[in-house]
Amino acid sequence: MSSAWSKFASPSTFYPLAGRMIPVFWVLAAGSLLVGLYWGFFETPDQLGGSNAQKGYYRIIFLHVGAAWMSMWLYAVMVGWAAVGLVFNTRLSYMMANAIAPTGAIFTFLALWSGSFWGRPSWGTYWDWDPRLTSELILFFLYIGYIALHSAIDDARRADRAAALLAIVGLVMVPVIFWSINCPDPNQCAALHQRSGLGKVDGNILFAMLTTTLGFWMYSFATTLMRVRTIILTREAQTTWAAETIRAEVRS
Amino acid sequence: MFKVFWSVLHRDLLLAMRRRTDVLTTLFFFLIVVSLFPLGVGTETAVLRILGPGVVWVAALLASMLALERLFAADFEDGTLEQLLLTDQPLVLLVLAKITAHWLLTGLPLVLMAPLVGMQYHLTDPAIGIMMAALLLGTPVLSLIGAIGAALTLGLRGGGILLSLLILPLYIPVLVYGAGAVELAAVELTATRPYLMLLAAFLLSSLILAPLASAAALRISIE
Repeated sequence: MSSAWSKFASPSTFYPLAGRMIPVFWVLAAGSLLVGLYWGFFETPDQLGGSNAQKGYYRIIFLHVGAAWMSMWLYAVMVGWAAVGLVFNTRLSYMMANAIAPTGAIFTFLALWSGSFWGRPSWGTYWDWDPRLTSELILFFLYIGYIALHSAIDDARRADRAAALLAIVGLVMVPVIFWSINCPDPNQCAALHQRSGLGKVDGNILFAMLTTTLGFWMYSFATTLMRVRTIILTREAQTTWAAETIRAEVRS
Repeated sequence: MFKVFWSVLHRDLLLAMRRRTDVLTTLFFFLIVVSLFPLGVGTETAVLRILGPGVVWVAALLASMLALERLFAADFEDGTLEQLLLTDQPLVLLVLAKITAHWLLTGLPLVLMAPLVGMQYHLTDPAIGIMMAALLLGTPVLSLIGAIGAALTLGLRGGGILLSLLILPLYIPVLVYGAGAVELAAVELTATRPYLMLLAAFLLSSLILAPLASAAALRISIE
């Protein structure tokens, strides 16, 4: 087992593997996003809820929930790679963590943005200091802090390790964000996000929501792998295999 | 083992006493920021009572953060920090001593100055009491979490701005519950207990985890 794992822990063997996987993930991402969006627009009810129903604008949920889930999940994955890097001292793990950060930050921004466009018609405001909104904003700052610290340090090894430690410290915030939605009794806490469960969601809506989330997930794989390939080439530019690869890419 | 804790603490306090301006500028920064707000937003008693707790906490956050840069910087420049890392004493304990010194010089004075600021904002006496308790529990957390950021940004270009970007998001829970406790104290005094308990929980958990993380960060920054 360890030999197979460590084989692809080397940037030079991972680079071509990532190159072969990227098209697969792009196809999966495009496919599930198309299916999810079609289903979300044409197979779901036009109104949601009984009295004071939400009209078509509720459909932003298909983007919003997926983006919010991915924003938290990608942070956890980033921390996972950062921890693997600190424990096993593998360069590729740091590169993975480094490659995930921008995608995670973009999903966090998307979740905030789509949420505020949904909030305008349904809550009557673009922004409110609801616990979940606030903590998602903190998550955005955590991503930015990680990227900023990494790019501020010139020495790649120190940058990797310092940013990894920062990411792990920031992980304490992720459970807070995830559970900040659970305001069990609206009379006791003033959260705008109320407790919800997947079981309570209409089947068609749930299908569309999960499919777009899957699409976002595959998109994250594709962009992360593309970015990690660039990082590998930049960092390994002094090695012969990287120089040959760059020359081959330039020629073709 | 505690002897080394005391000697580092004593050394840091002694150094600070020899250069009092460094300590005093932080405290006057806090006072000036707090005094500027009423001039900006108007001096009505009702407005100030609402704004007071938040302003005091934000000012405390900024004051504590400004002083963080100095936590390891001077020792890093003259090589003392490297010697501390090389000793066979536990680094966690040395870091904790430095953090304690930082808190005694920037956090504790803020707690003691709180009544003065409370009077500026027309806070009631019980609210001032709660504010002091909240600051007493909250400011050590600021120093503890801040030490991680200070260790990570050691010796970097533009370290100060970067430090604020890294650390301020992590300060938010302390700010929310610290200011929340004082705001609630104006309404119902007994309701502040869960807030203070949460602040105490933050203090205990960061007291355990933050020195470990700072020590690890120092080892990364100096190698």
